Amino acid sequence: MMMKPIMAVAACFGLLCAEARAQNLTMAVGAPVTSLDPHYHQLSPNNAASDMIFDRLVDTDSRSRNIPGLALSWTTVEPNVWEFKLRPNVRFHNGNPFVAEDVAFTIARLPNVPNSPSSYAIYARPITAVEVVDPLTVRFRTTEPYPLLPLDMTNVRILNRATHERSTTDDFNAGRAAIGTGPYRVVSHRMGDRIELERNDTYWGERPAFGRVNYRMITNDASRTAALLAGDVDVIDQVPTSDLARLRTDQRVTLSEIVGLRLIFLGLDFARPAGENSPFVTDNNGQPLGRNPLQDVRVRRALSMAIDRRAIVERVMEGAAVPASQFLPEGTYSHVPDMPPTAYDADGARRLLAEAGYPQGFRITLAGPNDRYINDARIIQAVGQMWTRIGVRTTVEAQPWTTFVARAGRADFSAFLIGWGSNPDGSHPLRNILATVNRDRGWGASNRGRYSNARVDELTLQSLSELNDARREQILIQAQRLAADDVGVIPLHIQTNIWATRRGLTIAARADELTRAQDVRPAAAR
Amino acid sequence: MSLYLLRRLIQAVGVMAVMSLIVFLGVFAIGDPVDILIAPDADQIERERAIIALGLDKPLWMQYLVFLGNALRGDLGRSFVFNEPALQLIMGRMPATLELALGATIMAIIIGLPLGLYAGLRPNGAISKAILAISILGFSLPTFWVGLMLIMVFAVQLGWLPSTGRGETAMLFGLRWSFLTQDGLAHLIMPATNLALFKISLVIRLTRAGVRETMLMDYVKFARAKGLSPARVTFVHVFKNILIPVVTVVGLELGSTIAFSVVTESVFAWPGMGKLIIDSINVLDRPVIVAYLMTIVLMFITINLIVDLTYSFLDPRVRLESKG
Repeated sequence: MMMKPIMAVAACFGLLCAEARAQNLTMAVGAPVTSLDPHYHQLSPNNAASDMIFDRLVDTDSRSRNIPGLALSWTTVEPNVWEFKLRPNVRFHNGNPFVAEDVAFTIARLPNVPNSPSSYAIYARPITAVEVVDPLTVRFRTTEPYPLLPLDMTNVRILNRATHERSTTDDFNAGRAAIGTGPYRVVSHRMGDRIELERNDTYWGERPAFGRVNYRMITNDASRTAALLAGDVDVIDQVPTSDLARLRTDQRVTLSEIVGLRLIFLGLDFARPAGENSPFVTDNNGQPLGRNPLQDVRVRRALSMAIDRRAIVERVMEGAAVPASQFLPEGTYSHVPDMPPTAYDADGARRLLAEAGYPQGFRITLAGPNDRYINDARIIQAVGQMWTRIGVRTTVEAQPWTTFVARAGRADFSAFLIGWGSNPDGSHPLRNILATVNRDRGWGASNRGRYSNARVDELTLQSLSELNDARREQILIQAQRLAADDVGVIPLHIQTNIWATRRGLTIAARADELTRAQDVRPAAAR
Repeated sequence: MSLYLLRRLIQAVGVMAVMSLIVFLGVFAIGDPVDILIAPDADQIERERAIIALGLDKPLWMQYLVFLGNALRGDLGRSFVFNEPALQLIMGRMPATLELALGATIMAIIIGLPLGLYAGLRPNGAISKAILAISILGFSLPTFWVGLMLIMVFAVQLGWLPSTGRGETAMLFGLRWSFLTQDGLAHLIMPATNLALFKISLVIRLTRAGVRETMLMDYVKFARAKGLSPARVTFVHVFKNILIPVVTVVGLELGSTIAFSVVTESVFAWPGMGKLIIDSINVLDRPVIVAYLMTIVLMFITINLIVDLTYSFLDPRVRLESKG
């Protein structure tokens, strides 16, 4: 008789646990959030955290296509004027209504966040004036026609003038000012450790599935996986490729994957003209060549043909990538159709080298980071072996990102591995990586190989004033195809983004790598 | 005594100044923080703005002088990454690391001293040999691996302990501590054990060696001959004399645990200072690196001072200042 009440208590306790578990979600992310101020530091983890608390005018779906957010529609009323119709009856967490004035305030704040190590000012710069037409209509005036404005607005989280007029980054980090219109409100924040969130029950969009969220940062890959297997967390992101094979067969977890927007590619030295030495290229005896073979398109093509991308994807990346010929994955706006990844052809590569005047090959050093991209150091080792097989004897030099990126920026290398996470628009990689370096235009800021092609520049410029999306897409495709024919960079693969959840949950895998609580739901009953 | 303390203080300031200079030069040699912090699609104009915003546009010597000037007023700069005063950031993480390090040190003393004493008193017993053999493992197994194994066994397989994180905390003296809550303690056990393994082995071996050496001393023989009980001989005559090397090493070890428990903290996602410094080095967050190392220098100097003071307490022959 004594056992009964105890059993009852135990059962009830178990039930409560199940109930509580259904309401609570614990997530573990691999990269720390450095600020809750949505305009302080442009960084994917920060954007993911901001996305749970704040909203953008133009939202993006899991495949990074623009969808209505705080704006219901947008259109150009004049070539230089974009008009956004705003969503009515939206309120901030503190009850303030969302109106056009808040958009004007937000745009004005972007360039004025003190000490920002990487600001959102670039999205405000094309805008010369923000006009509040009525509380639910706002117009952006630009000096020239600017087709990328809606895309820019997918990067800007909207604040409230009344609430944030005097808020500093510290106020956001302390949670006091972390007040948005988003699906979750901040309960507490411990920098670099966790953010605790609770559901915003007055959210305008789809109601999130979980009432409370504990958003933890576990930077160590093995520990993150272990935390999931131990049942301490429900969702992890950045699943290490070394654990993939095991997790795919583990009954306790479900994986969600999507092809991302991050291309891993090789940059080549275009900084030295054809008649000069490239710093890490020598002949087979280690003597200077007296010329830069990388300026010869046949050599570049040979180096690309020598790479067995499928082998890299399958062996090094454990299948967590797709071979690529360009920056954007299939199904994305301005993806170049009918351009398959360069096929592996070692014999063809040797012939091309001979044709270019290097029948015996040459020596080169391939540099790359060892702590930045998934399996980065192992990828350059694989490429080094493949190049050596066609007679280009390759030394591999992997180093920490901190030292690597500084040297790559100075064009110190002859060949190097790097990655690029694109916005889903061809103009993004074109302007930043393939365009000729030009400070006044703000072009080629990440063009570390110093590739330059006047025709590519011309098309890129043309695309920037074309407001018709279909015509603009054709121009962008043409420009990217040109750069690809020219082997401006050697694309390797596009990474797959992978999340793991405990069985019974699903997460909508996002191409933009953001890990957000509102994307997690109980799996549909089978 | 006060002269002695003053001299130590001046020493500390000198070492801290040298340390800050080395870090400045070191970070400058590694790379440019802006390269790492800036969004990849930032253009040249935005880069220039960021360089100015972080004060990196000035020549290095001027940056250093600005830093020194602010440091004299107690301001060690703001973190490039978090935009918070570096010192505040470090102090915010300190309780987590302190309780981890203290937990590990207490474990080392509670477990290491008795085992070492036992092994020293009966050097040829089977148990003593076993203790010694196990202590070799404590020395030689890498912390990283042991930490992961602890997680795999006690969290994943057995499900007894939480795998990572700090758990619930309670406030004391205006700071958050996890040893005050049951959940927090459960989170503390594994990382503290992981840190303690090396220290336990160290204390065992030091104590054992000390005991074996002291047992042969004349005063111990005399005490025995005098007919004192074995317990009194062991705990008064032997124990007090072996404590000096143990206190020195435990003190220094405590310092290095607080300063460099990086591996354990990152394996167990423990939000302490060790994790902060490694993250800061990865993004070249210079103000945090400088402030951190200066804090650590200060801490080591303080610990050494305390160790020296303890000596004079334990061993009346040690004098803090030479007379004359």
